[in-house]
Amino acid sequence: MMKVLILGAGHAGGTAAALLRQYGHAGPITLVGEEPIPPYQRPPLSKAWLKGEADADSLALKPLEFYAEHGIDFRPGVRAVQLKRSDKVVLLSDGGALSYDILIIATGARAIALPIPGADLPGVMALRTAADAEQLKAAVGPGKTLAVVGGGYIGLEVAASGRALGAEVVVLEREERLLARVARNALSDFFRSYHEAHGVSFELGCSVVAFEGEGRVTGVRLASGQVIACDAVVVGVGAAPNDEIAADAGLETARGIVVDLDARTSDAAIFAIGDVAHRPMPIYERMFRMESVPNALEQAKQAAAAITGRPRPAGECPWQWSDQYDLKLQIAGYPFDADQIVLRGDPATAKFAVFHLKGDQLQAVEAINAPPEFMMGKQLILNRKPVDKTRLADPTISMKEVAA
Amino acid sequence: MAKITYIEHDGTEHVIDVKSGLSVMEGAVKNNIPGIDADCGGACACATCHVYVDEAWLDVAGWRSATEVAMLDFAEEVEENSRLSCQIKVTDALNGLVARMPQSQR
Repeated sequence: MMKVLILGAGHAGGTAAALLRQYGHAGPITLVGEEPIPPYQRPPLSKAWLKGEADADSLALKPLEFYAEHGIDFRPGVRAVQLKRSDKVVLLSDGGALSYDILIIATGARAIALPIPGADLPGVMALRTAADAEQLKAAVGPGKTLAVVGGGYIGLEVAASGRALGAEVVVLEREERLLARVARNALSDFFRSYHEAHGVSFELGCSVVAFEGEGRVTGVRLASGQVIACDAVVVGVGAAPNDEIAADAGLETARGIVVDLDARTSDAAIFAIGDVAHRPMPIYERMFRMESVPNALEQAKQAAAAITGRPRPAGECPWQWSDQYDLKLQIAGYPFDADQIVLRGDPATAKFAVFHLKGDQLQAVEAINAPPEFMMGKQLILNRKPVDKTRLADPTISMKEVAA
Repeated sequence: MAKITYIEHDGTEHVIDVKSGLSVMEGAVKNNIPGIDADCGGACACATCHVYVDEAWLDVAGWRSATEVAMLDFAEEVEENSRLSCQIKVTDALNGLVARMPQSQR
């Protein structure tokens, strides 16, 4: 019977294990994870969980008993250190070794640390794991000041949750605007003013040169010489794929492990899924790496389907979401080669959408408290139907009519 | 605790005891029941946990929020008794609930 080994017990790896059983794979499955707990949802760590609205049980993808009950050998606290493809063996951090017929690499990505003095001071944190989140939750509250380095989605979610917990929050961003990497438009300004109205302060266009403190961080030094006093720091400046084990074993990598539409790598016995994979996205006719739960789930489906001989899942439109205060942000697609932006609705009402078009084709939509714009936008991106921009910009014409 | 019957689009039934406080979606996902993907984990952001709630249970299951209504409006195969199962909190009163899945979720 085919033996499946999954490296990485995050959202992608955990879902792949469960889907293999759901799809009828009867052979052994081993799931190896570096963290001490079974697979869980990471998105709430910066949102509902951080605010105390979700507990550890509700974060878990499945209860711990699930794995044993379904014959999945879950091994927490262990990391893969070397892949020997010629022997179909993986060497582990605890000195053990595991053989496989099929290997799924789901090692994810790690938070990028700033290479500056003080980066290892207690109180300077990343937010990637449940352990990171525990540490952060313990450090923020009334009377505390939290400095957030990086004005991306993680940074802004942490800022919102920090305010909900009663902390003072200052966000430090290198670019002149928020969400610079992902949103080049009205959305940046909207988020800035919304956060300011909730008491968050911003230092934009600033360069962080050091974290200061004796035994624990007490301030962030900027290139201007200014020091921002704080009790804790969260650094949210992006993530890098954990693809070294694959690259060292000679698998094709390109800022992520290169895979095909079945999530298969350049070695037919090895799949790579989730944040670590550099994958084709047919609707954009290009390959790229995504960091999102929907992407992890989609690729877990692709790999599980290929392994069990099921048909490949239908093509998807990538999407993601973010919750901040009472704002629900839903994003579909990526604005590749977009040459025009269409705003629908009024940002002042906190209910609007920003559409990114390439010619008359929709590439991406960012919808704030606007589910119809998101849902219909997602379909339009997927079916590549030409869009009438004038009608799209008119909120009195329903999204169904716009798409008709 | 409530006994909930989940019925896949092909008629396959799963009867599960779900702890009060969880959502109907969580009861399915944590028990690996096919057909309820719940990509967003319960944030009412994806409409991949769509179920039909048997008429008798609609009032007990509670009212749809504005967001849920808006999301459902764009889901597939929506009926009068459609709900997003992540938005239904399980209580003892839901003991016996039947939730059917649409053809599109498989």
